[in-house]
Amino acid sequence: MSAPSGSSDLLGRFAVSPARRRRDSLARGSILAATLIALVPLVLIIYYLLLKGLGSWSSSFFTTDPTGNTFFKSSSIGGIKSAILGTVEIVALASVIAVPIGIGVAVWLVEYGRDSWFAHTVRFFVDVLTGVPSIVFGLFIYIVLIVGTGSTYAGYKGAFALTLLMLPVVIRSAEVVLLLVPGALRESALALGAPRWRVIFSIVLPTALPGMVTGVLLAIARAAGETAPLLFTAGATLKTSFGLGSFMNSLPVQIYSDVTSPTASVEHRAWGAALTLVVMILILNLIARVVARRSRLA
Amino acid sequence: MEAASIPSGGRGLLSRSPLARLPDRALKYGLTALSALILVLIVYFFVRLVGESSPAFSHAGLFGFTFNKDWNVNAERFGALPLVVGTLITSALALLIGVPVAVAGAIYATELCPLRLRAPLTILVELLAAVPSVVYGLWGIFFLAPKLRGAEQWVADRISFIPFIGGGLVTIPNYFITGLVLAIMILPIVSAISREVMATVPSDHKEAALGLGATRWEMIRMAVLPYCRSGIVGGAMLGLGRAIGETIAVTILIGDAPQLGSHLFGQGYSLAAVIANEFGEAQGLHRSALFAAGLVLFVLTLLVNGLARFFVVRAARGGSTTPTAGVGDGGVLVADAVSGA
Repeated sequence: MSAPSGSSDLLGRFAVSPARRRRDSLARGSILAATLIALVPLVLIIYYLLLKGLGSWSSSFFTTDPTGNTFFKSSSIGGIKSAILGTVEIVALASVIAVPIGIGVAVWLVEYGRDSWFAHTVRFFVDVLTGVPSIVFGLFIYIVLIVGTGSTYAGYKGAFALTLLMLPVVIRSAEVVLLLVPGALRESALALGAPRWRVIFSIVLPTALPGMVTGVLLAIARAAGETAPLLFTAGATLKTSFGLGSFMNSLPVQIYSDVTSPTASVEHRAWGAALTLVVMILILNLIARVVARRSRLA
Repeated sequence: MEAASIPSGGRGLLSRSPLARLPDRALKYGLTALSALILVLIVYFFVRLVGESSPAFSHAGLFGFTFNKDWNVNAERFGALPLVVGTLITSALALLIGVPVAVAGAIYATELCPLRLRAPLTILVELLAAVPSVVYGLWGIFFLAPKLRGAEQWVADRISFIPFIGGGLVTIPNYFITGLVLAIMILPIVSAISREVMATVPSDHKEAALGLGATRWEMIRMAVLPYCRSGIVGGAMLGLGRAIGETIAVTILIGDAPQLGSHLFGQGYSLAAVIANEFGEAQGLHRSALFAAGLVLFVLTLLVNGLARFFVVRAARGGSTTPTAGVGDGGVLVADAVSGA
C-alpha cells in the first residue's frame, strides 16, 4: 500500500540536479551564442555593401565604361557598363551550353543509366567536377583553347570555363528532381503505349520542370559570381564589347582589378560593382526559391 | 475476322514499326554519348594539365617541386612549399573557426530554436553562400582586416612566446585574416550538411533519451551528435575542399608574398593565389610551374573531396551501425546539399 508520497518528494527524487541543469543551460547558451556569431558577418557584409555601394551608385555609374583613369576624383574613373554587359553575355552563353547538356546527362542517369557501372562512373566523375577549384577550370580552358589554338583571350572562352563550373551543379540538382518523379507516372504512360522518348519529353521533364529550374538558377547564380575562371580566359578590358570573340570585361573581374589596384580612388567603384553583383545574384536566388515553392514534387 | 489476325510480316500487333523505334534509339544513344563525353573531357583535361606541368616537375623533380621552399621567379627556382603551407594553414584555420560555429548553428536550428525561427535562420545562413568570393575579398581587405589589426597585434604580442604563431609585426593581409574569411565562406555548406544529417536522427532515439531523464544538451550530446558524427565530418571535409580551392578571396587577403610566413599574422601565399596573381605575365618554365601548382591543388582537392564523399555517404546510410527507416530521404537530401550548396 505504498501510495505515492508527497509531490515534493517525487520532484526531489526525479529532478535534474543543479550541476546538470547548469551544464545544460551553459551548453544551450554557447550554442545560441555561436549561432548569433554566425550571423554577425552576414549583417556586417550587407551593411557595408549598402553603405559603400549605394554611395557610388548613380545613373552614370551604370551607363559609362571604366576609363582606366585612377588618379583623379571618383567622377573620372568611369562606371561599370562594360562589366555588367560582359557578365550577362558570358553567363548567358555558359547557361545555353551547360543547361541542355546537364539536363541531358541527368535524364540519362535517371532514365537509362540507373544502377549500371557506367552510370556510377559518370556520377563519380560529376562529383569530381563538383570539387575542382574554379581556377583549375580556368587553367583547363586556357590549355585547350588558348595554348591549344595559339590565340588569345575571348568572351566565349570564359563562358566555356563557366560551363564546366555549372555542369555538375545542373546535373546533380536535375538528377535529384528527376528521381522524385513518381515511377507510376512513367509506367502509366508506357502502359498506354507511349514510346520511351515521349514519356521523357511529355511526362517526366514537364513534371520535373520547376525543380530543375531552381537548380539551373542556382547554378547560374554561382557562375555569375566567379572571378577565377575568367581571369585567363575572358581577360579584362575596359570597353564594352558585344562580340563574344573578343576580350570581355565582367563584374567579378572588374571588382578584382579595382581591389588589387594600387590606387585607392577606385575602391568606390569596387563597392558599387560588388553591390550590383550581389543584387543580381540575390534576385536569381529569390526567383529560384519562389519556383521551388511552386514545385509539385517534394 | 481478317482485321484481327496477326499480320504475316513477323511483326506483332502491338509492336512498333522499326521506323517508330528510331527516335527511342537515337535518344538513348545520344544521351549515353553525352555522358561519355563528360568522362572523356575530364580525362583529356587532366592529361593535358599533367603534360603542361611536366617541364616544371622535370626541372625540380616531383619531390623538389612540392617541398622546396624557394619560390623565386627571376632565378627560375620554383619550390611550392610556401604555397602548399599557405594553403594548408589557411584552410586548417577555416575549419578550426568555421566548423564549431556551423555545427552549433545547425544544432540550434534543428533541436533548440522555436519552429517559427527555423526557416528564416536557415535562409540567413544560406545567404552567405550567395555572396561571391571576390566580394568577401573586398570586404575582408577594406573592412575586416584594418578593423581587426589592432586586436591581432595585441594577441600576437601576448602569445609571442609560441614559435611560428605569435610575435612579429602584424600586416593587414595575413594568414589569420584569410583563414577567418574562409571560415565565413565555408559556414553555409558545413552548416547545410550538418542540418541535413541531424534531420535524419530518428526521433525515437531523441525521445528515448529525453524519456530517460536527459536534459536537452545531454540528449544532443548522447543521441544526436554520435549519430551524425560521420556526416558532420563529411561536411567539414567538403568545407575543407572549398577552402583549399578558394582563389580570389585568398589572393586578395593573404598578401601574395612568395615566402614561408614567419608567423600566423604574417603575409604568405597559397597554391590558388599564386596562379591567379602570376599567371597573367608568366612565360615558359614559370607558366609550367603555375600549371604544376594547379595540378597539386587539383589532386589535393580530389583527395579531400573523396574522403568527404565517403563520410557523407556513410552518414546518409544512417551511420555505420544503425540502418533505420526514412534514411533514403536523408540520402537524397544530403546528395542535394552536397551538389547544390
